[in-house]
Amino acid sequence: MPGLSTGDEGPSTVNAPRLELEHITKRYGSLVANDDISLAVQAGEIHSVLGENGAGKSTLMKIIYGAVRPDGGQIRWNGEPVHIRSPHEARALGIAMVFQHFSLFDTLTVAENVWLGLSRELTLREVTEGMRRKAEEYGLELDPRRPVHTLSVGERQRVEIVRALLADPKLLILDEPTSVLTPQAVDRLFVTLRQLAATGCSILYISHKLDEIRSLCHKCTALRSGKVTGTCDPTQETTASLSRLMIGSAPPKLLLREPRLGRRALEVGDLSLPRLDRFGVSLEGISLDVREGEIVGIAGVSGNGQQELLAALSGEDPRSQPSTIRLFGSAIGGTTAGERRRHGLHFVPEERLGRGAVPTLSLALNLLLTRKESLRALGWIDKGALRKQTAGILNRFRVKSSGPAAVARSLSGGNLQKYIVGREIDAVPRVLIVAQPTWGVDVGAAAQIRAELIALRDSGCAVLVVSEELEELFEVTDRLYVIFKGRLSPPIATHAATRELIGEWMSGLWPAEPAAVLGEAR
Amino acid sequence: MIELEARTAPSLWMSILSPIFALLITVGVATLLFLSLGKDPVRGLSVFLVEPFHGVRALTELGLKSTPLILISLGLALCYRSNIWNIGAEGQYLLGAIAGGWLALAVTNAGIDLPRWIFFPIAILAGALGGGLWAAVVALLRDRFHASEILVSLMLVYVANLLLSYLVFGPWKDPNGFNFPQTVSFSASTELPRLLRGMRLHAGFLVALGTAVGMWIFLFRMHRGIQLQVGGPSPAAARYAGFSSRSALWTTLLVSGALAGVAGAFEVSGPMGQLTPYVATGYGFTAIIVAFVGRLHPLGCVLASVLLSMFLIGGELAQSRVGLPSALSGVFQGVLLFSLLACDTLILFRPRWRRPA
Amino acid sequence: MNELASLVAATLSAGTPLAIAGLGLLVNERAGILNLGAEGMMLVAALAGFAATFHSGSDWVGFAAGAGAGALVAACFGWLVIWLNTNQYATGLAVSLFGGGFSAFVGVPYVGRKLSERSDYSVPVLRDVPFLGQALFRQHPLVYLVVGAAVAVAWFLYRTRAGLVLRAIGEAPESAHALGYPVRRIRLLAVVVGGALCGVAGAYFSIVYAPLWVEGMVAGRGWIALALTVFATWRPARVLLGAYLFGGVTMLQLQLQGMGVNIANQLMSMLPYLSTVFVLVLISRNPAWIRLNMPASLGKPFFPTL
Repeated sequence: MPGLSTGDEGPSTVNAPRLELEHITKRYGSLVANDDISLAVQAGEIHSVLGENGAGKSTLMKIIYGAVRPDGGQIRWNGEPVHIRSPHEARALGIAMVFQHFSLFDTLTVAENVWLGLSRELTLREVTEGMRRKAEEYGLELDPRRPVHTLSVGERQRVEIVRALLADPKLLILDEPTSVLTPQAVDRLFVTLRQLAATGCSILYISHKLDEIRSLCHKCTALRSGKVTGTCDPTQETTASLSRLMIGSAPPKLLLREPRLGRRALEVGDLSLPRLDRFGVSLEGISLDVREGEIVGIAGVSGNGQQELLAALSGEDPRSQPSTIRLFGSAIGGTTAGERRRHGLHFVPEERLGRGAVPTLSLALNLLLTRKESLRALGWIDKGALRKQTAGILNRFRVKSSGPAAVARSLSGGNLQKYIVGREIDAVPRVLIVAQPTWGVDVGAAAQIRAELIALRDSGCAVLVVSEELEELFEVTDRLYVIFKGRLSPPIATHAATRELIGEWMSGLWPAEPAAVLGEAR
Repeated sequence: MIELEARTAPSLWMSILSPIFALLITVGVATLLFLSLGKDPVRGLSVFLVEPFHGVRALTELGLKSTPLILISLGLALCYRSNIWNIGAEGQYLLGAIAGGWLALAVTNAGIDLPRWIFFPIAILAGALGGGLWAAVVALLRDRFHASEILVSLMLVYVANLLLSYLVFGPWKDPNGFNFPQTVSFSASTELPRLLRGMRLHAGFLVALGTAVGMWIFLFRMHRGIQLQVGGPSPAAARYAGFSSRSALWTTLLVSGALAGVAGAFEVSGPMGQLTPYVATGYGFTAIIVAFVGRLHPLGCVLASVLLSMFLIGGELAQSRVGLPSALSGVFQGVLLFSLLACDTLILFRPRWRRPA
Repeated sequence: MNELASLVAATLSAGTPLAIAGLGLLVNERAGILNLGAEGMMLVAALAGFAATFHSGSDWVGFAAGAGAGALVAACFGWLVIWLNTNQYATGLAVSLFGGGFSAFVGVPYVGRKLSERSDYSVPVLRDVPFLGQALFRQHPLVYLVVGAAVAVAWFLYRTRAGLVLRAIGEAPESAHALGYPVRRIRLLAVVVGGALCGVAGAYFSIVYAPLWVEGMVAGRGWIALALTVFATWRPARVLLGAYLFGGVTMLQLQLQGMGVNIANQLMSMLPYLSTVFVLVLISRNPAWIRLNMPASLGKPFFPTL
């Protein structure tokens, strides 16, 4: 765990808080996203808003930023009541936001992107100059003339941050900023944020990562199901107490038994694939293996080739040389997704709606994407059998829905993920590849999914998990690889790895000689 | 002011009511139009809404006009469900007509006397081949060169029209036809079997209805049909599932081209009995409207075909009964489609009053 | 020599309406809206232009009427597609079908009518220059204006902040919305401007090119203009180039017939359409190239989350 101090200066004592929210409420139909929320942020304070997915954090930030209008409640700025009707007005007040999903324009340059986020009066030249000054001041390097689509994810976030800084903000809002950063980059970001807070700027830091909040923030407001469950000083709290504020109980513990290894199930040997388009990543010489009875993880910051590797493994990209991918010894490199499924290789993709399931089709029909048991001669669909099969899966995996006829997009993120994971586990695969198994999923469903993966592994299946959440990988995997710019590190036993080490590997700094690999032998 | 709020699930009620609302709006617009032109709206509306159903002959005429619309719209519904925007059905229809016409000409000029029930299936085959071939060009160019099927299929409509024109003004012109652009009338043995004595309704109508049933089974009960409908809204899901988007492209285009071609072959061997420039009736474009009004559903396509046939017949009658040009039906078709698209928004969104802040 | 000069002149004249419509559609598509209704808009505008010129005696009134008609139809289209979020493909088709039917219906009294004697447009002095005079300087003023329009559109898109905002909206409307830009209003403006330009192009057909009105007289050139924007990879200068190429192909058939090439005129008339297909195939072959140049949000619905 990074043992950093919580910052040099505490929040300054001013009469009125920089930002105060009183009884903010927002409804979407019957869903109450924000319910009577009140909080206060002082000048120079780093204030975190803690909550799991779906707790209402994003909606609250959109209200402060002026992109959403509240149904009730009051906002005060330096003590004065204000109506923030648009992002333009928010910017005029001095509020800047760095989004979780970047608002950048790929084909435009960095300078043009920053310019678009600022007010009209400045010229492009003034903006470029200002960028250079801020970059020096905070150590954020950027070339103003590069088109954004050539930047890595971390660099893109830097553009967002510089854009926010150039507005000389009095309040900076950051929405889940560290999900795309290596641990070392997270540390550098925190240095920047503390530097900013020391100048008197307030910071609202949205996250569900308890360790980060404890190391960075002065104050914390916890949200659950749209309501405030408590306010505290995170430096005085433990992970367990923060977790209780966030989800009402201590974080669930998973028991990982010693793996009982079987045959080599999936073997990738020196897989190289040129990228398909200018925005992609080429794979170079990727080698890995997964045995029956173990869970292998691949860590890495997004945009380093995970998508390409997964497409090559699942069969969606059929360009691989046949012998580079082997399933129990048979070469499957050039085969289609359907054929690989027939051989027992199943895949849970990262995108739920639109890839793992068709949003407009029912759960029953969505089963037909990967399961063929309810098909009769000539492709005739046995509707009764299909309904029963679907109901069985919904039951076994405790998916909350209105039944097999429910349309896929009517399910919450967590339930849809449970359905998709369940659909593939129910097929009794010999190898299961999962991408981002618990992204955007509530804590309860996340715990259930992870437990299912472990149960699957204990039953002798070989499991490969590709994830950007290091904590998750440390929790469920037996061995780890790291992917960086299309290349794969040597493997390392999870119990022998630390966050710092993996963090370095995530920047490509792994030992060249695989013989010196730590942990158990391959 | 009124704002639109997304519904949590698409409203089934509105899916069914929306075409009805659209029809009501069209009737409203029609009334206004008649009034502004100084015509009696009741008379005008009855020409469109009542007269086409008046009597056995009128009903068979309705069936006759529906036949090509049903066939073409079924194929288009398949395409649009798969997100393949085949706009060139008119061209595929014309090629089917040309193919069927060529066959009928051959039989006529050779003086062969074929039993009715032999020519019928051969005409279907010819039409399917002609239309299918024309659609295959679109599929090939999209498959190999990623060329937009919208623009290619549309350009081919103009080419098909010119081809027909060339044939009837040139090599296929009836030498004894007083230099009119038309072929000889096809011999009696090429006529399609009639369903009722003395009426023009022919067996093609039954083929159309049978195709509707078959399409329903295919779209909703066959794995292949489901596969095609996944690739449209969710191409990534289709790739994930291993459904070939290439085979979806070819299947939908060939099927819809063949169906449009069969419709064309039916029109020339049936009611027209010869090839003339008037073969280009615009059914291929009207069928696009039919497909949408019919919710891209086979049953809907049949009902919507009857509805639009009603408009077409009404337009023809309007000339003689009310003194308005037959292009009027084109206006009503357009208004119907617009109203439908606007009303369809209500399926996914709910109107809400919102006080401006 | 004379024939070449007259070919160039005819090419300029034939390419001009395509260029105007192409520029209008380019502005549309840069904002992310695909308007398949170009053909219908141009037909309605052609009728409006013809009728206005017929009744007023002034060409420019006719062009204004055409622009107004195009803008009005485009505004209806824009309202449906941007505010009600109807499917852009279907709605555009509806406009084309409706425009065809509506113009046919309303245009019935104008069939067979002639406009008053057309004055011979030409640039004084320059018109008498040997070869170039006949080739370039005996044209309707709109032929020269369209070049200026192309320059203006290019300058707007690449040298002004407003143009940058438009390109940004076409690239990622959600991001622009998150930054506070009125995405829907700007898109509607782009659609209306595009519609007005298509309207001018339509009016050009019925006032200058073939001064009469007949049902369906645009004959697919609205669709060709759509293909043009793809061919031009959404750049104004290339729209101009492509328009003149197409104009040239159209004129070619007349020249070939004049030279005694003995192919039936219907088959020759297929040339513009077949060459459109050919050009589409050429330009679409490399999907990565298209993806880099095409406004990323083209044709996709946009739901501002408020």
